[in-house]
Amino acid sequence: MRHFVVVGILVIVLAVAGYVGLEAAHLMPVQASAQAVPIDWLWNLELMMISFLFALIVVPMGYSLVVFRRKKGDTTDAQHIEGNTTLEITWTIIPLFIVMAFAYLGAGNLAEIRRVDPNAMVVKVTAVQWSWSFQYPDYGVTTDELHLPKGKQILFEMTSLDVIHSFWVPEFRPKQDVVPGRITELRITPTLIGNYKVRCAELCGTSHAYMEKLVIVSSQADFDSWMAQQVKLAQQAAATPEGRGQALVASSGCGACHTTNGAAGIGPTWFALFGSQVKLSDGSALTADEAYIHESIKSPQAKIVAGFETQLMPNYGFNDDQINDIVAYLKTVK
Amino acid sequence: MRKTQPVATGLLLLIIGGAVGYGIGLGIDLLVTQTLNFSGSVASAFALLLAVTAFFFGLFGYRGITRGLVWQVLGTLIGGFFITGIRALKGLSLFGAFFFTEPALVFGALAGVISFVFGVGVVSDWMKWARGLDTPEHHEDVPGWEKYFGVSLDHKVIGIQYTVTSLVLISVGGLFALIFRTELAESQLQFLKTTFHLFNQNGPQIYNSLMSLHGMIMIVSILLGVSGIMNYVVPLLLGARDMAFPRMNAFAYWLAVPASVLLLMSLVLGGFDTGWTGYPPLSARAPVGIQMFFLGVFTAGWSSILGSLNVIATVLRMRARGMTAMRLPIFVWASIATSIIALTATQLIGLSFQLVSFQRLLGMGFFDAAKGGNPILFQHLFWFYSHPAVYVFVLPGLGVISELLPVFVRKPLFGYRWVAMSSLGIALVGFLVWAHHMFASGMNEYLRVPFMYSTLLVAVPTGVKFFSWVATLWGGKIQTPTPMLFVLGGILVFLLGGLTGPPNATVSTDLHLTDTYFIVGHFHDTIFGGFVFPFFAALYYWFPKATGRRMSELWGKVHFWLMTPSFLVLTFGMMRIGLLGMRRRIVDYDPNLMGDQVLFRLFNHDFRAIDLNHSILTIAGYLIGISVLIFFINLFYSIKHGEKAEGNLWNSRSPEWQVPSPMAAHNYEVPFEVVGEPYDYGLPGSKYVQFVSQPEHINHSEESAAHSEKKRH
Repeated sequence: MRHFVVVGILVIVLAVAGYVGLEAAHLMPVQASAQAVPIDWLWNLELMMISFLFALIVVPMGYSLVVFRRKKGDTTDAQHIEGNTTLEITWTIIPLFIVMAFAYLGAGNLAEIRRVDPNAMVVKVTAVQWSWSFQYPDYGVTTDELHLPKGKQILFEMTSLDVIHSFWVPEFRPKQDVVPGRITELRITPTLIGNYKVRCAELCGTSHAYMEKLVIVSSQADFDSWMAQQVKLAQQAAATPEGRGQALVASSGCGACHTTNGAAGIGPTWFALFGSQVKLSDGSALTADEAYIHESIKSPQAKIVAGFETQLMPNYGFNDDQINDIVAYLKTVK
Repeated sequence: MRKTQPVATGLLLLIIGGAVGYGIGLGIDLLVTQTLNFSGSVASAFALLLAVTAFFFGLFGYRGITRGLVWQVLGTLIGGFFITGIRALKGLSLFGAFFFTEPALVFGALAGVISFVFGVGVVSDWMKWARGLDTPEHHEDVPGWEKYFGVSLDHKVIGIQYTVTSLVLISVGGLFALIFRTELAESQLQFLKTTFHLFNQNGPQIYNSLMSLHGMIMIVSILLGVSGIMNYVVPLLLGARDMAFPRMNAFAYWLAVPASVLLLMSLVLGGFDTGWTGYPPLSARAPVGIQMFFLGVFTAGWSSILGSLNVIATVLRMRARGMTAMRLPIFVWASIATSIIALTATQLIGLSFQLVSFQRLLGMGFFDAAKGGNPILFQHLFWFYSHPAVYVFVLPGLGVISELLPVFVRKPLFGYRWVAMSSLGIALVGFLVWAHHMFASGMNEYLRVPFMYSTLLVAVPTGVKFFSWVATLWGGKIQTPTPMLFVLGGILVFLLGGLTGPPNATVSTDLHLTDTYFIVGHFHDTIFGGFVFPFFAALYYWFPKATGRRMSELWGKVHFWLMTPSFLVLTFGMMRIGLLGMRRRIVDYDPNLMGDQVLFRLFNHDFRAIDLNHSILTIAGYLIGISVLIFFINLFYSIKHGEKAEGNLWNSRSPEWQVPSPMAAHNYEVPFEVVGEPYDYGLPGSKYVQFVSQPEHINHSEESAAHSEKKRH
């Protein structure tokens, strides 16, 4: 009996200490969305249960190892106890109720983070190896930075142009895969002004690690003035071919592989590309003129630049007008 | 010379073979691509294959595994040239950066696997039967180490072959982990840069290939380890002379060898960047290495299916007299549960990979949205095996824990029936939970709720095991030699894996946790606690049975006390950074993930909190590596020089310990009968088995079958 009292006390002590310690460690990132609140609540409840169950198993184990250690020279066996059906039924039924309770709570929790606000602002997210672009259909603006107003539910309508990606802002909590050929949804209500990053959470190839974009949560007023500026910029850019080209490469994620400052990248740099001498993988060389760049966008594998054989660029499906805009833009990169 | 210094000859030939292969490969590559590609795939592939083959030739001569490997290489070349010939007739392209085109490589690899099993000689008895020739019931093995490198039908030899192959693969997979763990020690790219080129891949691509292969090589090594222990131990526990189908047993093992070769070739042939899960569309675009990966997994799965069929047949038909269901050793219950899963679920991973392979080769759009396919369908097919597969790994491990605990506690296993049934319960529920890997995938969102319920249900039978283990320990007379240490470590680590499971089961929390290092920490806890620790326990425990010597206790304890704390640090650290936003499978991470404050500067690098965390993980990883190295040295040293241990070293009631070690060729010279409960420690005068002399029957399988009294004639 004494053994049980000691173990009981130790279990409670370790469970409480464990939970307090885990709480003090600040395991989660800051809460920056309304959806993070119920998730963190359930997580917290699970931490309590984890601390308790850990103590419940580890304490009697450790206690047995110390107290019921075989004495030196003792070669006899221990007491013959085969089992106890009542105990077995108890520790089958009670955990059964506990996990079913957690499943019930989990279902409610899921419903809470999926709650629909009919006035949500739509942001269309397009993922491509290895970049994100964000389209605001209400404003006709496409950007490669995600700006969100605080306190408004955002409905992300997401799709991918190539492979499966996953949209995740750790401070917002839920993530959602982005699948080619279909539109997946995620609802987030930002609640904390600050700068975060959307990070691709589903392995998507060579530069998966760098598939991150800035997320800026600001007040509604700041968001509105930023948006007004974006609308103006978009109108200006649409007036010239190089402006359209620049907007197109920005929203298509070309910068994930091609730098514009001469730095090394996954693909050849665009810095001073136009008119330069290009060495190809088959040993030949040519001048980067309009026809060459046109061909390289349309059929990227036709001529491969020396040193870039391992990472093949996909065909993005641009039409000829779009490609002409891009060529016009590339002429300005020097 | 071969007799006196086979290992030295092997190593010498390894170097020569590698050099010759490299030269040949370089020449071929030069002919095909007109460039000298020193770090390219073709030269490396030839170097690797010739080096391995030459090593075994030096070690063992041209027979057994050497002949298998030679035939595999020839088969691959012949198969490849066959398809290339057809392509020539159709006017298609013939050669490329990987020498053969993809269809030629796939067909060649398949032909190579089939050639291997012919070359090694594991199908020769079946071929003789097909020609109407008789073969002896059981071939006698040559004494000494050479029997392990050729076909043997003895389940003990096959068990050791499996185990050694598993240990080789664990070393390879662990080495891969250390390579990418080194890259992860600091943020930014240190040596796997984009300018680094090897095997037609740049640095980040090599990282992806190593990370993906680490996963699958470890999985295959675990499957082989499970088969190794089951093969060695189950017939001994049952009192059988061998497995039910000795030839199929050998066949299943020898499939695993070409499968391992294919997996390694996938790294060399361009690698693949999909992780072990191989999700399309990424896998449909990956380099040709993914086809080798698919075929390797396919072949290993084939091996696993046949092996589990054998275990089930053996347990059903070849138990000693009196060994009723409730008197089976608990490890046998675990083996049955695991074999049922492996027999019925493995097909699905083979199927899912085959469909992607066909999508690549034949343009079938199973998972291609543009052709009306559905990429999420793949995930359902894949996880329908790959979740239950986790239970294939851990159930035998948990069986080892339950089997060994009573021996070292000197008390019966608490609630034997409940522990036995909980294995079957886990196996059953394990089939109903696969979609919990897909909560964020975009599958039907209402379906997530029933899968949450079923997933949480797994906690119930698992809890029964934990509570029963604790109750077994309670009031015992506990000793802690090395195997028991690993049993206890296994319980602790598996507990951590189990307790970190429910947050991944409840959908909303999982949406934060999935695809992060939290998951990585969670499943490493599960697999280490459920398989790796018990596997080491089993090796320390049954090593004397196989060799007649025991492994060093001192170094065993060093192994344990070095590995366990390092491992706990590793997985706790993984879970911590995962919660804060560290994604899985990334070659580089945001240096400001845990704050942008520079803590200190070392090796020309600013260490912020996340760098420090990762550096600790890398050090922990290396310590685990060192501890396993100590284990290997202990193992090899003890085979010849270990302390002699021919008797009942652990004072166990189990039948295999009632006869001298090492075990005789056909197991028990005198058969035994089960006369009591398996774990009645502390019950005076009780016995589990009794050896009974009786005249030899010719048909052994009928003689020892449990229901022999029901014989039809």
